[in-house]
Amino acid sequence: MKHILSALVENKPGVLSRVTGLISRRGFNIESLAVGPTEDATKSRVTAIVNADEVAYEQITKQLHKLISVYKISDLTNDNAIERELVLFKVAASPERRGEVVEVSNIFRAKIVDVGKNSLTIEATGDEAKLKGLEDLFRAYGIKEIVRTGKIAMSRNAKE
Amino acid sequence: MSEEMNNEQLDERGMRTAQTVGAPRGLGSRNPKQGMELTGAEVVVASLEAEGVTDVFGYPGGQAIKIYDALYDSTQINHILARHEQAAVHEADGYARATGKVGVVIVTSGPGATNTVTGIATAYMDSVPLVVITGQVPRAVIGTDSFQESDIVGITMPVVKHSYLLQSVEEMAKTFREAFHIASTGRPGPVLIDIPSDLNSEKVIFNYPDKVNLASYKPTYKGNIKQIRQAASRIEEAKRPLLYVGGGVISSGATDEVLRVAERLQIPIVTTLMGKGAVPASHPLNFGAVGMHGSKYANLAMTESDLVIAAGARFSDRVTGQLSRFAPHAEVIHIDIDPAEIGKVREAQIPIVGDLKGVFSLIDSQMSNDQPHPQTQEWLAKLNGWRERYPFYQPAVGDSPAEIVPERVMAELSARLDPDRSIVVTEVGQHQMWAAQFIKRECPRTFLSSGGLGTMGFGFPAAIGAKIGRPECQVVCIAGDGSFQMNSQEMATAAINKVGVKVLILDNRSLGMVHQWQKLFYNERYSQTLLEPIPDFVKLAAAYEWEGERIENPDELEGALQRMLESDGPYLLDVAISREQNVYPMVAPGSALSDVMGAIDIAVGAVRTGMPDVADAQQVASEAAPKEAPSPCAQIDEQFGGRWQSDPADTGTRIGQHLAKAAQQEHSHSQEGGER
Repeated sequence: MKHILSALVENKPGVLSRVTGLISRRGFNIESLAVGPTEDATKSRVTAIVNADEVAYEQITKQLHKLISVYKISDLTNDNAIERELVLFKVAASPERRGEVVEVSNIFRAKIVDVGKNSLTIEATGDEAKLKGLEDLFRAYGIKEIVRTGKIAMSRNAKE
Repeated sequence: MSEEMNNEQLDERGMRTAQTVGAPRGLGSRNPKQGMELTGAEVVVASLEAEGVTDVFGYPGGQAIKIYDALYDSTQINHILARHEQAAVHEADGYARATGKVGVVIVTSGPGATNTVTGIATAYMDSVPLVVITGQVPRAVIGTDSFQESDIVGITMPVVKHSYLLQSVEEMAKTFREAFHIASTGRPGPVLIDIPSDLNSEKVIFNYPDKVNLASYKPTYKGNIKQIRQAASRIEEAKRPLLYVGGGVISSGATDEVLRVAERLQIPIVTTLMGKGAVPASHPLNFGAVGMHGSKYANLAMTESDLVIAAGARFSDRVTGQLSRFAPHAEVIHIDIDPAEIGKVREAQIPIVGDLKGVFSLIDSQMSNDQPHPQTQEWLAKLNGWRERYPFYQPAVGDSPAEIVPERVMAELSARLDPDRSIVVTEVGQHQMWAAQFIKRECPRTFLSSGGLGTMGFGFPAAIGAKIGRPECQVVCIAGDGSFQMNSQEMATAAINKVGVKVLILDNRSLGMVHQWQKLFYNERYSQTLLEPIPDFVKLAAAYEWEGERIENPDELEGALQRMLESDGPYLLDVAISREQNVYPMVAPGSALSDVMGAIDIAVGAVRTGMPDVADAQQVASEAAPKEAPSPCAQIDEQFGGRWQSDPADTGTRIGQHLAKAAQQEHSHSQEGGER
């Protein structure tokens, strides 16, 4: 099953490679990955989506925890977590169908960020279900390109 | 010596903690160079001195030249010049295993660094504390493919406990303190420090810290008291308990504590290859080696046990055999300082993360309150019965007046070694298994072998390192002719540094273990395992100014062993054995531990038993053209089968499932990907 793995790590060169190397070395594909500094500039947050069964996932987290560069591992999968991802869609839209695409975007509170002769570029954020829904609708018009940031997640509970 | 070592590592309450275990063994911040302005290279040497390092192993080169220049002035540090960087790491590894100290290696960049990889991986798999210092090209040219540049931090990432690429001279002293702390605490392991050479000439005020503060590294030493109580009462109830002792007991120095618990409740003990020496061979509760080439009685004990207490052992596939049929009746108490080991291979009903010494001492004090009665009388009687019935060796089996039998060589050697003042180091292969079966060890850190990685070429340099660390000990390396040739250049290191190691080669002019598998599982198709009688090892010894002797006749054995052990300097004894000799008993890869083949059974007339397909094989044997004078073992092989059908679907079940699952996930994932 899919796990949202959230790791608090040292903000130093090579640390991302230690984390992702350990996961891939054990034969698992990282489906999505997002990294960025946290409120503490010496620490980074790595959010990775990993497809693994329970036993394997437990082993991955235990091994990750052994890395000296890793402070904390949390599994936000079943947590009441806020999940977000930012996606840029380049949708084929002739001048006469532009209105429809804009309308769809508005319903999903997505933003038009660029308009071309025969395409629209739309920025959308949200959880997986919303972005999937939007993608399905855009597919009817023809999607020229998709770029995604990778999922980030945060626990809803006030912590520490 | 070990007593003294452990005392250093206890806090005021008599407990081992990360602070006490990881503290500098030297003067630390009280070192005489504290507060002085030093160059980076001098900081490297001063840091090693502050850690109390007296011996380092290495090989110089362009990017390490400044460090070597600074080392030239050190009166504390003795540098042993290896003849290959891989061997330098094995030497430091053998030194660390024999002494319990951190082994230190210094090499240059590029090829010097890449040559250390096998050595580092060997130490990593066997949890040996090392600090490996590699030279690196100057910061300004890193990443430009400059001469002798290699990304050693990247290359070694999967096989180090931690690594550093230094960026400034200011962080140098702190990094060394951290490296020694990390290497020696928790589950020990190798730490690599990569030093760009321009840092070596920069100046800094030397300020060596005593303490480390790593928010992300806090190994658990103290076991959870609830789980310890639960474990104690579960052990007290067990009818057929079995202590499964691994290398962790040696790392932790927990021999006395483990024995106290074992003796109080009369619990039998089996050991892994890494755990050999953790409990005395002469102890009546010690049933010795378990696993692929363990005794039939130890493997039966594992299969019949109702409670396996795993102490610093990791359920390696070489121990468990077929996992689904491993210790099928047992609950598991798993005690390890590394939480990732618990539940990795076998589910533990009672997991305890902590230092074995402290955990066993708490289990014992719980038991001293409970005052339980040992309930294992019947169980021990059963095990002792098996021990008598299935011995490793029986003079009538496999012996021949015409050839030297490896089992006897090992037993004769073992009888001649003072168990308190000798260290036996092995290479990897058949000889390693014979040594594990027949060399008796009474104290920890006196049997050194590459267990996890199985590195041919480890043993001989490790023996040199062990002898340098424990010069008062007789150090014997048991080697095969294949393994010895993987690092035989170190004969120069031993000769020049007057390291009086003894090398006993069980010389069958073949890669014996692979040869054995080819014989058993590959229809005697000996692909690339027959080594011709080159080199002449005695002449090779002479070339390095060693003493050397070759024997081919069983009558010569005792005298030759005596001459080897009585010699002062390094000595090579080349013992000719037949390549038809196989290591028995054996659990075929992927078979259950109870499926032992080739164990001697006294009850049916002291013959090797458990060879399947007897009728079939006899037919094959009779159809085959008569071979010339087969060796005794070959005769037995023919009598009882000699080759076994292994079920390909049965091998590596666990790994197979894993791969299948991964493939499935990969598949479903790619389908999802396709929809987008």
